[in-house]
Amino acid sequence: MKRRKFINQLLKNVVIWIISLIMFVPIVLVLINSFKERYEASSMSLQLPKLWHADNYGVVIDQGKLLQSFLNSATYSIVSVFIVIIVTTMAAFVLSRRRTKFCKAIYFYVTLGIALPMNYVSLMKVMQFTYLNNTQFGICLLYAAMQIPFTVFLMYGFIGTVPRELDEAGVIDGCTPLRLFFSVVFPLLKPIIVTTILLTFMNTWNEFVTPLYYLSDSKLWPMALAVYNFFGQFQMSWNLVSADIVLTSLPVILVYLLGQKYIIAGMTSGAVKG
Amino acid sequence: MSKRTYPHYFLIGAILLYTVFIVIPGIIGIFYSFTDWSSTSTVVNFVGLDNFKTIFSAEENYSAAIKNTLVFTLVTVIAKTVLGLLLALVLAEGIKGKNIHRAIIYMPAILSMLVTGLIFKSIFNPATGLLNSFLQASGLGSMQQQWLTNPKIAFSSVMFVDIWRGVGYIMTILLAGLQSIDKSYYEAADIDGASWWERLKSITIPLLMPSITVTTVLNLFYGLKVFDIVYALTNGGPGHTTEVLYTEVFHEFALGRYSVGTALSSVLFVIMVIGGFFVIRLLNREDVNEQ
Repeated sequence: MKRRKFINQLLKNVVIWIISLIMFVPIVLVLINSFKERYEASSMSLQLPKLWHADNYGVVIDQGKLLQSFLNSATYSIVSVFIVIIVTTMAAFVLSRRRTKFCKAIYFYVTLGIALPMNYVSLMKVMQFTYLNNTQFGICLLYAAMQIPFTVFLMYGFIGTVPRELDEAGVIDGCTPLRLFFSVVFPLLKPIIVTTILLTFMNTWNEFVTPLYYLSDSKLWPMALAVYNFFGQFQMSWNLVSADIVLTSLPVILVYLLGQKYIIAGMTSGAVKG
Repeated sequence: MSKRTYPHYFLIGAILLYTVFIVIPGIIGIFYSFTDWSSTSTVVNFVGLDNFKTIFSAEENYSAAIKNTLVFTLVTVIAKTVLGLLLALVLAEGIKGKNIHRAIIYMPAILSMLVTGLIFKSIFNPATGLLNSFLQASGLGSMQQQWLTNPKIAFSSVMFVDIWRGVGYIMTILLAGLQSIDKSYYEAADIDGASWWERLKSITIPLLMPSITVTTVLNLFYGLKVFDIVYALTNGGPGHTTEVLYTEVFHEFALGRYSVGTALSSVLFVIMVIGGFFVIRLLNREDVNEQ
């Protein structure tokens, strides 16, 4: 019996290590090759570089014009995170507090968006009509709009756990609704706001489909799309492509490692009971 | 009092953005599906069902793309759920280095799919890629393949990469679900001398059902809308064998055949509105029970 348990345990460990290895090797592969010399990296193997070429990174930043696309990505992510937070906290607050027929219908209408696919083709008409085609602000608004349904769903669940008594205290003090919301309620939503900031940031940083359709001007491209263009130009230099991949992924990896606790809490709170 | 404290104008921002950028394109897209709208047309004419006849005609590739989308959805949903559940079960039983494994297995999900696509383009490269080199080195040279260019296996490779990047998310959610199950159920089962399989079947799976429902629904939506990973790996090739609905939409858009593109999108839009109507209620009901 004891022996069976031991074998069982050993088997589990072996399986989990193999899976972890399959998950991790592709990432390590890119990291290693980003430090190689061009010829050495042409076979993209796991062998360590003979000489560590950190200068690849300088070349990529320079030739890939990464500073521009980094600033674009940062703009898209930060502006859309800001918009998402403001509009979803306000909406979810009212929807969660007033359970009238109207509010329930609106909540259903907004969360239906979790299922809805984008129609990128006819969206062009809307973009032209609103003069947002090929503009950075248009991309920010689009990103924000895409995040709204799921974020309202997350926020709504969380606000249900925040006691109402505080809202009432504010009313007695004679606050306006906006003042009450931003000075009393908003701070109480901190955990879910942090989660939303992280999730929205990661989603928008990685998004490239919208710019693919709507930003013909490559100067406006985010890193996630610029890396593809770079690959087109430097297909033969996997060392440089790898370095570009590392730089593009670094912000999200850092955010993930630093905010892991909040990200997992947020993801699971919408999906797990209790 | 509630009217004053919780004013309706708080809803405007979210409703406006969502309606303008997601709902309205969906609805006008349906109208444009019945026209000959294209990049060269100055006037848009009503053409009835022509675009839908094109989409569902046997000579064109569109129905193959729709079939691929369904296959992709079915295979990835099942694979991610089963694998994710097994991983969650193993990790929940307190294995050494549990947190490290969890972080690593989730890691692929945070990479941009374009980046993931590039990485696997390198790994799958038949001449220099890691996979074929590995097979060669371990004496399995006969299993070497043209992973992304052989029409017979390219789509499987694409699905594999998607499972690779998506399984960690399912595992994470199911792991959280497992940890919220009351231990006393298992203690009672131990006293009754229940086997591992019996415990899984009669305690774990039923209690985990709400989490499994949510992950399945989200995966289903994701699968039907899939574009990124296919675009990054094969862009529909070789010879349209890995084409899915949204890569076709993109190609139509690029060719300026807007009416066919919007008709394809609209097919999915209508399916998702109807499907979402039932499924989102389900999600919300779980949510209401929680409170």
